[in-house]
Amino acid sequence: MELIREVEKEYLRKNLPDFRPGDTVRVHLKIKEGDKERIQVFEGVVIARRGGGLRETFTVRKISFGIGVERIFPLHSPKIEKIEVVKRGRARRAKLYFLRGLSSKKMKRKIAAKQQ
Amino acid sequence: MVVEGLIGKKIGMTQVFDEDGNIIPVTVLQVGPCAVVQVKTQERDGYRAVQLALMEREKRPGDNKEPEKKKHRKIPKPLEGHYAKAGIIPQKILREFKLGEGEIKEGQILTVEIFEGIGRVDVTGTSKGRGFQGVMKRHGYSGGPASHGSKFHRAPGSVGSTTFPGRVLKGKGMPGHMGNERVTAIGLRVVKIDKEKNLMLVKGAVPGPAGGYVLVKKSKRCEK
Repeated sequence: MELIREVEKEYLRKNLPDFRPGDTVRVHLKIKEGDKERIQVFEGVVIARRGGGLRETFTVRKISFGIGVERIFPLHSPKIEKIEVVKRGRARRAKLYFLRGLSSKKMKRKIAAKQQ
Repeated sequence: MVVEGLIGKKIGMTQVFDEDGNIIPVTVLQVGPCAVVQVKTQERDGYRAVQLALMEREKRPGDNKEPEKKKHRKIPKPLEGHYAKAGIIPQKILREFKLGEGEIKEGQILTVEIFEGIGRVDVTGTSKGRGFQGVMKRHGYSGGPASHGSKFHRAPGSVGSTTFPGRVLKGKGMPGHMGNERVTAIGLRVVKIDKEKNLMLVKGAVPGPAGGYVLVKKSKRCEK
């Protein structure tokens, strides 16, 4: 187990922001098209983080043209240029799968952060 | 390669990213260091081979016991002498490998470095024991329907024809003991070699449990 950690260490990203389920994030993805590279942004609510070490992933949900879209990213993937935290949210559980059944209005209310 | 392979230990599985950012599933193997205990020659033994020991112990077994207590001997004397000839502390695992061209001496230490530049390897291990298993798990038979009043679930069904041939054909899959046998995974890609920690990352799964001993050899079937 220790040895596996050490193998993984080399591949771990260092500049990751601290974010939790409920937060709204902007994921900047490197997309390769032929020999050109461009950046695509996927913005949405983090509804889950799972796994540990190098294998950790997070799920981002957004509503695109009225249709719910979810993407699962490996947290340490080099394909991710950077992750920005747009808004902090307040969630009372670790997995926010229940958001799938809600309208965006209700969803906003559920993860709204407390007023400072 | 002077020696065709080395003894190793399966550490476990994880995943790494390649240059393009794709995920590769890998098995972490601790390969070597192995010491040459005996060199078998054509003249003396009738075939060329080396006997390797996986270097795990740094002390002889029983050495760290209190001196007033009787020494607990775990190694038979003849075997101890066999190791002593090469000047090596008795180890747990002793295996023979084919010898290629080149010089090799008893007492020499071989490390993962010998796999440098090798693209693919074959890994032999002992698969996890599964005990007495039925025909569905052991041979992949499809069984019967689970519900709708079916009374035929996991049984093998018919095992042959009628009066002709009047017997069950040889090799027919039947229930029985599964696993705990020697299995070789062929042509696994070497993803990375870590000389300092004696580690090798190999793409895909390797037979046996984590902590099990494996034999890692240069692949015979895949060249690159």
